[in-house]
Amino acid sequence: MITKKLLLHFPTCETEKPIVYQLVKDYGLMINIFAAKVTQDQEGFLVLDITGTEEDMDRGMDYVRGFGVTIREVDSGIVHDLELCTHCGNCLSHCPTKALHIADRRSMKVEFDKTLCIACMACVANCPYSACTALF
Amino acid sequence: MKTYQEINDKISSGKAVVLTAEEIIDFVDRHGEDKALSQVDVVTTATFGPMCSSGCFLNFGQCTPKIRITDCSLDGVRAYSGLAAVDAYLGATELRINAPANLNFPGEFSFGGAHVIEKLVAGQSVELIACSYGTQEYPRRELRADIRLQDLNQAIMVNPRNCYQNYNVAVNCSDKRLYTYMGQLKPNMQNASYCSAGQLSPLLNDPWYECIGIGTAVWLAGAHGHVHAEGTQHCPSCQRAENGVPSEGAGTLGLTADMKQMSPRFVRACSFKGYGVSLALGVGIPIPILNAGILRRVCVRDRDIQAPIVDYSYDYPMKTGKVLGMVNYEELKSGSITLNGKKIPTGSLSSYSMALEIAELLKEELGAGKFLLSEPLRRLPQQQSVKNMPI
Repeated sequence: MITKKLLLHFPTCETEKPIVYQLVKDYGLMINIFAAKVTQDQEGFLVLDITGTEEDMDRGMDYVRGFGVTIREVDSGIVHDLELCTHCGNCLSHCPTKALHIADRRSMKVEFDKTLCIACMACVANCPYSACTALF
Repeated sequence: MKTYQEINDKISSGKAVVLTAEEIIDFVDRHGEDKALSQVDVVTTATFGPMCSSGCFLNFGQCTPKIRITDCSLDGVRAYSGLAAVDAYLGATELRINAPANLNFPGEFSFGGAHVIEKLVAGQSVELIACSYGTQEYPRRELRADIRLQDLNQAIMVNPRNCYQNYNVAVNCSDKRLYTYMGQLKPNMQNASYCSAGQLSPLLNDPWYECIGIGTAVWLAGAHGHVHAEGTQHCPSCQRAENGVPSEGAGTLGLTADMKQMSPRFVRACSFKGYGVSLALGVGIPIPILNAGILRRVCVRDRDIQAPIVDYSYDYPMKTGKVLGMVNYEELKSGSITLNGKKIPTGSLSSYSMALEIAELLKEELGAGKFLLSEPLRRLPQQQSVKNMPI
């Protein structure tokens, strides 16, 4: 079993098809959706974790590509901008996975570990300086 | 015993020994008080955090024909112009005209006076729209112009209340999320928010206002300014620990400096969802080591400074005065505190990291003879409490 974090971009015409449902039902894949968005032009973005065997994953992705969906491997999509961050630490008690953390208690600088981020968006909603933003 | 003059002479000749308020603790631990007293001349203190009571006086210069200005806005944010012709005061927390504020709660508060100040200091242009009644010597009634800081005659930051000596640790005892100036407080005390640089903070290193008084030279966001008055709500008659350090809000400072000398790194607009806009500023204040008492007081450590834990769902808005418990800054900075057996994660609005950077920058300037101390013209009140509104 492998897990991949993917960004799926749906062209305008495909946003109404239950593609994710088919991935679960017909391809035996486990899906964990982090973010879903339909733009004003009716294009769709989906950020998800997909877990399954390599074979199921390949078949599932071929099925998805068949709709003209483009697939990109991504991280959480949260950007921690060090130019904007003042290292105040307001985000620390809002980040549930400690992706935002202080590694050195002497310097008290806030660091961001992308691999721990689950894109819950709490930092985006809480940063007074807009230092955390979401790509999706 | 040293005098201000002696220390300034050493600074001018580049021979002053300067340490930050963090370094002096280690120095005294290692070498003892006597050696520190004879060797160290100045200790730098600093803080960086949101200071809502900030703003600036601007003079736009005259146009042809001339205008008085009775009403004006900068990027849509109203500046007070009940002053002489083409003068205005722009407050940090002022919102855009017609901003929805909390109409759709919690509001975003994405732009306000603080953002205009941030843009000006960063060298960006802002749109001035002004109108006036006409007079015979000021006939113009309206104007629109793009202005930059360098185009203004004066841009003087004048902040009525900065550098709170100490501050509450905010928690939320209710079962609903709170949106406050201390950030978002999760229900049932799931987080605690504090706001002080602790052992680096200026007034915690000078608890009785011996060195920091009216006229004291300060480093305000990179500019050389001074304390112009006691800050509003200055309240020295408060709870104090045995070391004299206040264990609640206490003293405040009115600060002023030329905005044209400021660095954009230390002038940062911030938005608090559901609350409003504020301006985060960096402040550095040097403390001369004139005697043993002053030295002892600048050696204050995070663990010696207590702050009150206050419920912002009821006790703070209803002004009950209830304190849920006391906690020190060493605990707060560790990432969590314990209250009634419950572990609560902490977050801060004051940046210790930026405060350290400012204390170092000020130390460099003093070491290079670029910043001189000034003896206070007058001391801040040492006995005084805050009054309630008579309603």
